[in-house]
Amino acid sequence: MSVDTATVKRVAKLARIAVTDDEAKNLEGELNTILGFVEQLNEVDVSNVEPMVSVVAVDMKKRVDEVTDGNKAADIVANAPASDENFFQVPKVVE
Amino acid sequence: MNALVDTRTTDAKRLIPGATGDWELIIGLEVHAQVTSQSKLFSGSSTQFGAEPNANVSLVDAAMPGMLPVINQECVAQAVRTGLGLKAKINKKSVFDRKNYFYPDLPQGYQISQFQQPIVGEGTVHISVGPDKKGNFEEVEVGIERLHLEQDAGKSMHDQHPTMSYVDLNRSGVALMEIVSKPDMRSSDEAKAYVTKLRQIVRYLGTCDGNMDEGSMRADVNVSVRRPGEGFGTRCEIKNVNSIRFMGQAIEYEARRQIAILEDGGSIDQETRLFDPVKGETRSMRSKEEAHDYRYFPDPDLLPLEFDDAYIEALKADLPELPDEKRLRFLESGLSAYDANVLISEKAIADYFEKVAEGREAKQAANWVINDLLGALNKAGQGIEETPVTPQQLGTILDLIKEGTISGKIAKELFEIVFNEGGDPAKIVEERGMKQVTDTGAIEAAVDEIIAANPEKVEQVKEKPALAGWFVGQVMKSTGGKANPQAVQQLVKSKLGVE
Repeated sequence: MSVDTATVKRVAKLARIAVTDDEAKNLEGELNTILGFVEQLNEVDVSNVEPMVSVVAVDMKKRVDEVTDGNKAADIVANAPASDENFFQVPKVVE
Repeated sequence: MNALVDTRTTDAKRLIPGATGDWELIIGLEVHAQVTSQSKLFSGSSTQFGAEPNANVSLVDAAMPGMLPVINQECVAQAVRTGLGLKAKINKKSVFDRKNYFYPDLPQGYQISQFQQPIVGEGTVHISVGPDKKGNFEEVEVGIERLHLEQDAGKSMHDQHPTMSYVDLNRSGVALMEIVSKPDMRSSDEAKAYVTKLRQIVRYLGTCDGNMDEGSMRADVNVSVRRPGEGFGTRCEIKNVNSIRFMGQAIEYEARRQIAILEDGGSIDQETRLFDPVKGETRSMRSKEEAHDYRYFPDPDLLPLEFDDAYIEALKADLPELPDEKRLRFLESGLSAYDANVLISEKAIADYFEKVAEGREAKQAANWVINDLLGALNKAGQGIEETPVTPQQLGTILDLIKEGTISGKIAKELFEIVFNEGGDPAKIVEERGMKQVTDTGAIEAAVDEIIAANPEKVEQVKEKPALAGWFVGQVMKSTGGKANPQAVQQLVKSKLGVE
């Protein structure tokens, strides 16, 4: 599997990263090197092996259903470039 | 994802006539049901609706750097309960994935959802469509493709400011169950019946409040049309329909729109559309299809969700009786399909009915609950939860009828008094002299009085025996409805000498 410049630009756009044409060319080479490495990994037959999701066998930690957080609206919007009455303000988006 | 399978046989009476022949409508639904829980799916902030802006938001919900999600075990249990209610396969291992897209009300830049390994697999929902002109209901089976857990997004408001949108993250991170049906519905009525049934099931289970006004339940509707016998056509998805009535309108409009395009020789673009309830039409959302490249991948912050059979069995053992089972039980107790459907429509109504019917005649209890109680509540604009008449009070009224203490007609008046003023029905009957007069002497006196006062009617009745009914009516009136109607009828007939 490999990517072309158009794919690089599309992926960048989906990730909202501004990438110039020159950068896209460079990234194309870098990404294809990574993908080439992944291709090598694909040569190993793991069809009978469960994917390893953690180095230690543990169950996912779960919470009990209790309200333990919240009521800090001012903190939540503190870093926002614009806010009003504890709402975030963003440039108008209407579908 | 499984390939789409056509499970239904084309039924002529569901086809839509077009200018160039008949069309078949195909509908599949994705219903988003907000999980009933105190706190959010991955954070400890409250799920309470209607709080101050951003009050129910933790740093996790606001996607501050370094915050990690920790799953709420109750949300998992609720999803499993719902799966069991849908008679579905419960997956003992499921995986959370990131669904990537950018929108101001999604601070993470991705939604934590489940993609290839959902918590619940295939199931079935039985719906009852009708009644038709003959009063019959048709049973239809709708397949469930899957149910998965995911985070809800925040809310944007666009009308607060000329150039800015306002974002409130209170809903951000609340647990949702996305329930995906198979493309098994063939009319808007079936789709409406399906959502109604789904709502009934989650409300019985207590896993979602089903409140469509507050957005606790909303549907994405997939609609396509085809010539009978052909493969599935290209579908359009109508997003975020938040009422069952609007959903019916949206489907009808969308079907006609697609048929018109196809009959003019055009083709359908697969796209996302919005329903405008004011205009009653659907319109294209202009967003590019590229925006729907979600690049799912397993969320590295979360381990797979795993549990054992014992966990599922424990939840199963605690499930309440579901609407289908309740309906069957009601039918077996001698109720009509109509009565059973009305009574099971809400768990609170069914519970009320069962309290009234306990130790009493089921049919009579059903009649009073449906016609009198629900009728009066409806008129007062109240729900069953706000009923001023308790099951005990209504039960007492039925007992008074059965004992012969009051007539059926007086019982209606008594019900009205209890509904409006409250109080013990037996005491009200006593205090207000509503007791049925069974004393033959008193009734006889009343009958004699009416006969004596109307000699010309007495003459007429000899020609027209049916006029005896008029005398019965007059006697009932003069006794304030308290005379036993059977006794009056007997006396009137014997005194007038008619059969």
